[in-house]
Amino acid sequence: MARVQVALVAAGFRRHATYRQATFAGAFTNTVFGFLRCYIMLSVADAAGGAMAGYSGPQLVSYVWLGQGLLAVVNSWTMLDLAERVRTGDVVADLLRPVDPLWTYLWTDIGRAGFALLTRFAVPLVVGAVAFDFYVPQSFATYPLFALSTVLAVVVCFACRYLIGLSAFWLLDIRGVTMFWVFVSGAASGLYFPLAVLPEWLSTILWVATPFPSLLQAPLDIAVERGGTEHALLVCLSQVVWVVLLLLACHWTQSRAVRKLVVQGG
Amino acid sequence: MAEILGTARVYGRVLRAQIRSQAQYRTSMLLEILGSMVVNGLDIATVFVLFSVTGALGGFNGTEVLLMTALAAVGFTVGDLVAGSADRLREYVRSGLFDSLLVRPLSALVQLAVITFALRRVGRAAQGLVLYIVALCVADIPWTLERAFFAAIVPISGAVFFASLFIAGATVAFWWVESGEVANAFTYGGRDFTSYPSTMYGGWFRDLFTLGLGFGFVAYFPGLVLLGKPDPLGLPTAVAWASPLVAVIAACVAAVFWRVGVRHYRSTGS
Repeated sequence: MARVQVALVAAGFRRHATYRQATFAGAFTNTVFGFLRCYIMLSVADAAGGAMAGYSGPQLVSYVWLGQGLLAVVNSWTMLDLAERVRTGDVVADLLRPVDPLWTYLWTDIGRAGFALLTRFAVPLVVGAVAFDFYVPQSFATYPLFALSTVLAVVVCFACRYLIGLSAFWLLDIRGVTMFWVFVSGAASGLYFPLAVLPEWLSTILWVATPFPSLLQAPLDIAVERGGTEHALLVCLSQVVWVVLLLLACHWTQSRAVRKLVVQGG
Repeated sequence: MAEILGTARVYGRVLRAQIRSQAQYRTSMLLEILGSMVVNGLDIATVFVLFSVTGALGGFNGTEVLLMTALAAVGFTVGDLVAGSADRLREYVRSGLFDSLLVRPLSALVQLAVITFALRRVGRAAQGLVLYIVALCVADIPWTLERAFFAAIVPISGAVFFASLFIAGATVAFWWVESGEVANAFTYGGRDFTSYPSTMYGGWFRDLFTLGLGFGFVAYFPGLVLLGKPDPLGLPTAVAWASPLVAVIAACVAAVFWRVGVRHYRSTGS
């Protein structure tokens, strides 16, 4: 079984490694947005006397640039092929294979995330660190916790996108759902601004009742060491809960979807 | 004249066919229109979330920021409605489908615009316009005849600017098929840039985007003109009035990009 998983991860990695131009284009865009958001945050913090919602200048710099890099790793804006394969009927080939498509897609997506980590995560990080005053973690424990949180974020995001893909079994065309997802996940995950800027009731609801903060805010808060190690562990724990809940939801929805599947054509 | 009307009728038919085909998946269509309005609302909300931290952005107060954000919103959404789907050009170039646009006796650019027309963007453009009108009403503007005229012209020039940007960005696909996201840095990045006062940015980045690429002329300089404020960055007032001129220049540059690009197009080999 382990061989299958390794092969799937490698396939996901290799598939994205062939899109070299697209990788460069993406890293370039993330970098431009990095400058944009970084200046905006610093300007707000400056006007507020050096800190914004408890984030100091260097913390904001790290927050923005790591966020730009992680965006590509977590990849919340690109949908899985699943919906398209449901629409065309190709999904039947996925279902006939001995591995549950949920796991096939998950391992492939982890391979993709690995490639993004080496390229699209690294570029904004380097540019940001050269151009601005970057916050360096004080505690060594931050590094493994950040890595763990990033992996969990990738899985949470994958499960959300898989659920959206599954909705194609009912909707056929998922552009509307996708659009809602792209923008809510952008604003509510902490990409545009740290959630702590929001009124407390709103950020609490987002943290407790939605998976969005698990996508970016969680690993970013750990990286800039907001609240100590215990806080970081708590954040990771909440991500684990979301991973379990969402994967169960995927599994349940998929079994319902398969029951109603009618492949069109002769 | 009859010829022009005839051509316009053909474009009208293609456009209607597009709209009908998009209205087939009704749930998804409604979600899309609603979604794109929520999205636009969220973008504007983002500006005001950051505004709420100190009650000012880049030295401008609430109604002043609203005016600039609304100018950016109306320019971007209307430009996006007209030419936002131009980035689909790369699919046409990659698949060789662009040939089919070239062989018809119609403008390839207008064909591309009507074929890729996205109905969902209508709601957003209307929303942008409403926001702009609200912003004009609440902002503290020392109205004169010139300012009223300028207030009517400037959203159009903003839309022309962004439409040109979408087209120029899309033409990169003639040389570089996988270019998609590079153009996003300037279209969507430009939208975000213009939503905030330029005073918030720093260093070479501000100079490049505000003046070099002309983004300051979409919302920041027109906002200053309408509010009757001098530029905190020290540029003479006359420059701020130049927004329509900048839009014309942008349109010319986009036209050159398009022409050179089409000439460079070699279709796909087999």
